[in-house]
Amino acid sequence: MPINYYIFLALALFCIGVAGVLTRRNAIIIFMCIELMLNAVNLLLVAFSKMHQHTLAVTNPNAGIDGQLFVFFIMVVAAAEVSVGLAIIVMMYRNTHSIDVNFLNRLKH
Amino acid sequence: MINLVWLVPVLPLAGFLINGLFRNSLSKGMTGVVGCGVLLASFILSLLIFGQVRQEGFEAVTVTLFDFISVDKLHIPFAFQVDQLSVLFLLIITGVGFLIHLYSTSYMHEEEAPHFARYFSYLNLFVFSMLLLVLGANFVILFIGWEGVGLCSYLLIGYWFKNIEYGNAAKKAFIMNRIGDLGFLIAIFWMINQFGSVSFTEVFGGASGASVGVLTGITLLLFVGATGKSAQIPLYTWLPDAMAGPTPVSALIHAATMVTAGIYMIARSHVLYSLAPVTQTVVAVIGLATALFAATIALKQNDIKKVLAYSTVSQLGYMFLGLGVGAYTGAVFHVMTHAFFKALLFLGAGSVIHAMGGEQDIRKMGGLRKALPVTSLTFFIGCVAIAGIPPFSGFFSKDEILAAAFAKSPVYYGIGLFTAMLTAFYMFRLFATTFSGHFRGTHDQEHHLHESPSSMTIPLIVLAILAAVSGFLGIPEALMPHAHWLEHFLSPVLAGGGSEGHGVAEISRGTEVGLMVLSAALALIVSFWAWSKFKSKPEVGEPAGFGKVLANKWYVDELYRAIIIRPLNVLGKFFVWLEKWVIDGAVNGTGRLVQYGGRQLRLLQSGQVGGYVLLMVIGILALFLVELFVKK
Repeated sequence: MPINYYIFLALALFCIGVAGVLTRRNAIIIFMCIELMLNAVNLLLVAFSKMHQHTLAVTNPNAGIDGQLFVFFIMVVAAAEVSVGLAIIVMMYRNTHSIDVNFLNRLKH
Repeated sequence: MINLVWLVPVLPLAGFLINGLFRNSLSKGMTGVVGCGVLLASFILSLLIFGQVRQEGFEAVTVTLFDFISVDKLHIPFAFQVDQLSVLFLLIITGVGFLIHLYSTSYMHEEEAPHFARYFSYLNLFVFSMLLLVLGANFVILFIGWEGVGLCSYLLIGYWFKNIEYGNAAKKAFIMNRIGDLGFLIAIFWMINQFGSVSFTEVFGGASGASVGVLTGITLLLFVGATGKSAQIPLYTWLPDAMAGPTPVSALIHAATMVTAGIYMIARSHVLYSLAPVTQTVVAVIGLATALFAATIALKQNDIKKVLAYSTVSQLGYMFLGLGVGAYTGAVFHVMTHAFFKALLFLGAGSVIHAMGGEQDIRKMGGLRKALPVTSLTFFIGCVAIAGIPPFSGFFSKDEILAAAFAKSPVYYGIGLFTAMLTAFYMFRLFATTFSGHFRGTHDQEHHLHESPSSMTIPLIVLAILAAVSGFLGIPEALMPHAHWLEHFLSPVLAGGGSEGHGVAEISRGTEVGLMVLSAALALIVSFWAWSKFKSKPEVGEPAGFGKVLANKWYVDELYRAIIIRPLNVLGKFFVWLEKWVIDGAVNGTGRLVQYGGRQLRLLQSGQVGGYVLLMVIGILALFLVELFVKK
């Protein structure tokens, strides 16, 4: 498959993620949208790494391997982030009985 | 002895410091003792130095104290020059100064002790500056003294600073002096540029090598300085206003010493002036014009001090006429005699004012001869001396100038003689109105009339004797050969004052005697005429017609106000506006813009996370757009 398809898919996923973060107020949904953006980037990394592996395999058998490695790092970091983030959301719910992020502007006052 | 010359100015400086610093703790008696004592000590020292200088074959001595300014090749030492001219001025300043200090102890006795001490400290500071002025061996030291006396003049005119008018008079004097000082300062810079030095010996030594144009420029600028300090047209209007100060101050500063600084400076640099004929003509014409102009104003003044002030301006004009026609000795001679008789007249006026309880208007006086016998007699001697009636001092000095003027041009002589007649007229108008006739003041004043205490009358008597006899120091050659002691004395400094074809030597003996008889006779006739005219019928009404123009001083103050002060005020207002709205506006505007911007930008910080993210996305998009389309 041409690389363009991957790029457009990733772009679409990323834009959906951004739009979700911008428009939704539910903290869980925002969280999921962030995950969506991360995964869009992961998809691109994998796609490009595969492309480079394909073209440079003759000279360098390890070409493109680092892109795929990077994806694992991102997944690990994202998992850690989700655990912290969900904990925050739980605490927030306990305090406000809501997971609406707009309630968080209480810090302003 | 001469090496101790630095003590002469330092003693008054010490007096200034003592009186100034301890003014709150010293009693009036102590203040007076310190103030007068330092002057007396200075006078005795000056006498001792004079004794050494007057010996035959004395050469000018320069006493260098320390290096004042030393820049690259320019060295300005703090040095005093002791020669015949400076010693003569030393004697006048310390001698007359001492008498006036003594007089002040009584005259100012009603002041409170701290103010009394302030007065004496200023007076001592003035004497210090004046001594610096005449002792300096270069133009910079002279200039320091020059500025110092200007400052003290300001301080003493505004001595009664609670009166706003007096304060304004002080400011007027100071500012007009500053205008002249600027000319002097530029002349000094020009000298440094031209001669690489400011010391008298080097500048005068190199003068013959400089071009006439440069010398004319330098001398004209120096003369501008002299017009400010010595109250000549166009900068003379401060002197009559300076009468706001206490009367002894008027006597010391505005008659006897400070205002003659310009004459001293020009006489000192006569080498330069002799090489610049254009400047000499300017000096003579300005001097003559001032003499005539001020004399006409004095005819119609009714304030006893104002008459004397205009008379001072007029006599200073005479001295400049003498300088302009090359009669340097004559001018210095007139400085000396004028110091005696004008100080006498001012102190006499002070005595009258004292007796009248502060009244200065001569229309409210009259008949004071009976109540103030000593004052009226000494005042009479002063009047006779200034009017030029022989054998009193004014006759000799004025005649020497007039003879020199005649040798230069009969026109100078004619105007000079006419001015001398005016002088005789207004002085005897003043004398007759004040001392003759019957008393015209209030009953209280008449009851209060009294002769002044002896500390006031003794200076009057001493000055009257000096005013009467000091003329014999300069008996004209035409009357008695080799009797002109002063010319002989000053000849090492002012060589050529009368012997190198300037002035007196050019006219025959017969002519000179004839001129003398003429001027003496005219002075006598005019004096008697004025005295008999005003003795019984003084002018008490308001003047009309031309007299009103004279009484209003030819409206010169109004003219200056219209053509100089008002435009300057408008310009000042414009700059105030500029400062307030343009400069301040720019500075404050910047601050206000930042404040306003901050207040508006603050609204972005809403606490809505969504808003932040939106802005972030917009920012990222903008960066992308810039990266993709704008940046190439």
